[in-house]
Amino acid sequence: MSSAAEIARQTQQREIRNRWLLSAPALLIIFFAAIGPLFVVLAYSFMVKGDYGDVKFGQYSLDGWFSVFFQRDIFDDTLTLADAHLSIFWRSLKLSFFTTLLTLLLGFPTAYFIATRPRNTREIWVFLVTIPFWTNLLIRTFAMQQVIRNEGVVNSVLMWTGIIDQPLQIMFTDTAILLGMVYVYLPLMILPLYASMEKLDFRLIEAGYDLYAGRLQVLWRVIIPLVKPGVIAGSILVFIPSLGAYVIPRVLGGGKNLMLGNLIELQFGAGRNWPLGAALSITLMVIVMVALLFYVRNAARSGAQHG
Amino acid sequence: MVRRRFEIRTQPGFAFLALVTFFMLYLPIAVLVVYAFNASDSITIWGGLSLHWFRVAWNNSAVQDAAWRSLIIAVFAATFATITATMAALATTRTPPYPGLTFKYAFINQPLMVPEIVTAVALLIVFSRVKVWTGYSGLGYLIAAHTAFCIPFAYLPIRARLESMDLTLERAAADLYATPWMAFKRITLPLLRPGIIAGFMLAFVISLDDVVITEFVKSGGQDTLPTYMLGQIRRTVTPEVNAIATAFLALSVILVTAFFFINRQKN
Amino acid sequence: MPKPEEAEQKRVAVEARSIVKAFGQGSNAIRALDNVSVAIRENEFFTLLGPSGCGKTTLLRLIAGFEYPTEGAILLYGDDIAGLPPFKRPVNTVFQSYALFPHLTVSENVAFGLEMLGRSKDEIKSRVAAMLKLVHMEELGNRRTDQISGGQAQRVALARALAPGPKVLLLDEPLSALDYKLRKEMQIELKRMQSETGITFIFVTHDQEEALTMSDRIAVMSKGRILQVGSPWDIYDKPADRFVADFIGETNFLTAAVVDIANSRATVRLSSGKEIPATVAEGMQPKHEATIVVRPEHARAVKKGGQLSGTVENVVYFGTDTHIHIRLEDGSPFTVRQQNARSEFCGFEIGDPAGIEIAADAAQVLRD
Repeated sequence: MSSAAEIARQTQQREIRNRWLLSAPALLIIFFAAIGPLFVVLAYSFMVKGDYGDVKFGQYSLDGWFSVFFQRDIFDDTLTLADAHLSIFWRSLKLSFFTTLLTLLLGFPTAYFIATRPRNTREIWVFLVTIPFWTNLLIRTFAMQQVIRNEGVVNSVLMWTGIIDQPLQIMFTDTAILLGMVYVYLPLMILPLYASMEKLDFRLIEAGYDLYAGRLQVLWRVIIPLVKPGVIAGSILVFIPSLGAYVIPRVLGGGKNLMLGNLIELQFGAGRNWPLGAALSITLMVIVMVALLFYVRNAARSGAQHG
Repeated sequence: MVRRRFEIRTQPGFAFLALVTFFMLYLPIAVLVVYAFNASDSITIWGGLSLHWFRVAWNNSAVQDAAWRSLIIAVFAATFATITATMAALATTRTPPYPGLTFKYAFINQPLMVPEIVTAVALLIVFSRVKVWTGYSGLGYLIAAHTAFCIPFAYLPIRARLESMDLTLERAAADLYATPWMAFKRITLPLLRPGIIAGFMLAFVISLDDVVITEFVKSGGQDTLPTYMLGQIRRTVTPEVNAIATAFLALSVILVTAFFFINRQKN
Repeated sequence: MPKPEEAEQKRVAVEARSIVKAFGQGSNAIRALDNVSVAIRENEFFTLLGPSGCGKTTLLRLIAGFEYPTEGAILLYGDDIAGLPPFKRPVNTVFQSYALFPHLTVSENVAFGLEMLGRSKDEIKSRVAAMLKLVHMEELGNRRTDQISGGQAQRVALARALAPGPKVLLLDEPLSALDYKLRKEMQIELKRMQSETGITFIFVTHDQEEALTMSDRIAVMSKGRILQVGSPWDIYDKPADRFVADFIGETNFLTAAVVDIANSRATVRLSSGKEIPATVAEGMQPKHEATIVVRPEHARAVKKGGQLSGTVENVVYFGTDTHIHIRLEDGSPFTVRQQNARSEFCGFEIGDPAGIEIAADAAQVLRD
């Protein structure tokens, strides 16, 4: 009498095999054009650098990783910390942190504002956030450049009103990068925040007021804890691309204010130090993975709380 | 005296900050667009309204070339990404967990997790070798790279659509003598169509917008519109770049608006 | 309603043989069906009745082919179909959610099965028209499925499932989404369609009243097992065990001593010492202690006499009848249901002593 059971087992096996076959093309493309190359990067970070870029294939060395953190003096061979690299690491972390903070400060009220609109107009406000979100990053960076450059709108207005008589030099500073990143990544903060606020049960806020909480207390003790998953998601979504930013510092920061992305590019271009570039890439990826892990753990915890 | 009603839903200052944010989001875009219509030779001086720079951009063969290339890559990458993402979505939704399912999710979403610059240098390393080995240096590399990072974007709405679809409908079709293939063709595919269209459009926009990966993967003379603009921004800037950006922006807005309405229809 | 001896001669349409269906693996496995065997006869309105999670829907899905049994066989007119995919089985289903194809019109929905079977255009057209007529939907064939009401959707689902002319029609709680009045209407409609088409209906429900009013036979299920199969009055009047007696209608349970047992009749001694005759459930082992059941409407409260006595604890007026809750002398509860006559008080107040008179042949000895 096991024929039906046998058929059931076979059906299930065929089903799983079909599911693998169906997903194979996507998995293969991603393997060959996204994931696989990352392993090559890892391998390259342990190779000897070639004289004109690339690597000496098959010759291994830790120099790439070594020079992420240290530099050897050409004359007396002494070791010192690689200040240049470390300051770029520091700038990347610092700018990414402030970008996250500023987008949160602007994004939170905005998402709350949208979530409290009547249902029919809410969609339009969301739509207004989505348009910049889907606009080319380069175009938005370029747009920001036109606002903050010496002859740009900000300086023109300030000089016309007589507040300043010399244009403020914003371009090619860390401030410019920060402004650019805040501008570009703002929608990435607003959208997940809105997603969690849209689900907010306003009866809970009523209950808060009913139990003698003031406005600030309701905000701190009721609203923020309830939308915490959105806050975390938005922060991660902003922090991670900020850390790996390449276009924004290149356009707004000029040649001197490098971030990690630009430092990596430099090693594959003028620096001709591919192993170092590879090691820096892996380092960046590890930082991102740590941030993601932090997010996943938090998401799982708040999921467990609400589930 | 009438006292102001206590509004449960509002928080003081939030509306103001929100409006500031919206102003901030749109001011730079507005400036960019306005200067595209500048008649003057320089972006610093306003010389009156004109379509001059749109004409210049339109007749610039480098721009034409790059735009055409962008379009070809986006069409191919979005098509491949949508087809493979649809298949993958069918394989990973509406099923009890099976060995490898979580692995597939992680794999498909991986391009979203890794910083673009890292993927870009990784592809530079690998493709530069492959280019030497095979002697082929055509658009294939760009299309492959774009397809890979477009897949998770195409996958997202297709999967969402599938998950909201009632599995009972396919069961009902099977119950009414439809073979699995017929049930797919007559029931699943028509119902999935809005998700597939949305996925394709997302993938298309994402491919069209890409700067970093394209910049590292492209061979000489393979500029797309964004990499062409990146090169221009670093050189002397004339309102021509504004004109290109504005046209590009218009295209994005049209696509996003269409996407918005397709999504709305769905609900 | 066929008499039992006639029914015996009817062919068996669907038979489940020792079906086991386990979900999950190893020690975590849950047995949704635990060695279930049942034979459903041709042209029968057969109901699987039980609370949610009892396995009734799983059994239906096994017959439809949406699941495969872990053990056992499913026979359709003698052929084992347990391994066939659903599209090769000549049975059709009316789904609980109706599962109408939202991108097709009402007519296209009804035509779907016939199209898949490769019938000619003319045949499909006339058959669809006939089916829509059968369910009184001939006017609405061109409507989209989101333009019709729940009751109409229900009719379309029926027409769609009947259109290919299945040997057996499976109905998975098809009336549960309808409101009370519509449900009553549809119960009668379904019964009519079953007798008009002569198709075997297998109907799944958790609603005992629905089961009693519609079915030729009922299988009562609990925890993956079939507890009793029988006609509505068999199930109601002669419940085999405690679960069946409790699940269907209201019941009084009494502990009694079996004094004498012969064939399907017994004499039992109640806690009061009085002896009464009782029927015996099939499969009951002769033993001394037993549980007997008496339906509330098969007993009468009396001022004096009766086989049992106690004190009135509560009197609840229901319009058509009155429920008198009595605490017996041995401490167990007993409810009596009395028909109300106009402007007449039932005669009892809380705290009154009362006797209980059990109607002749009203007691049933349970299996357990």
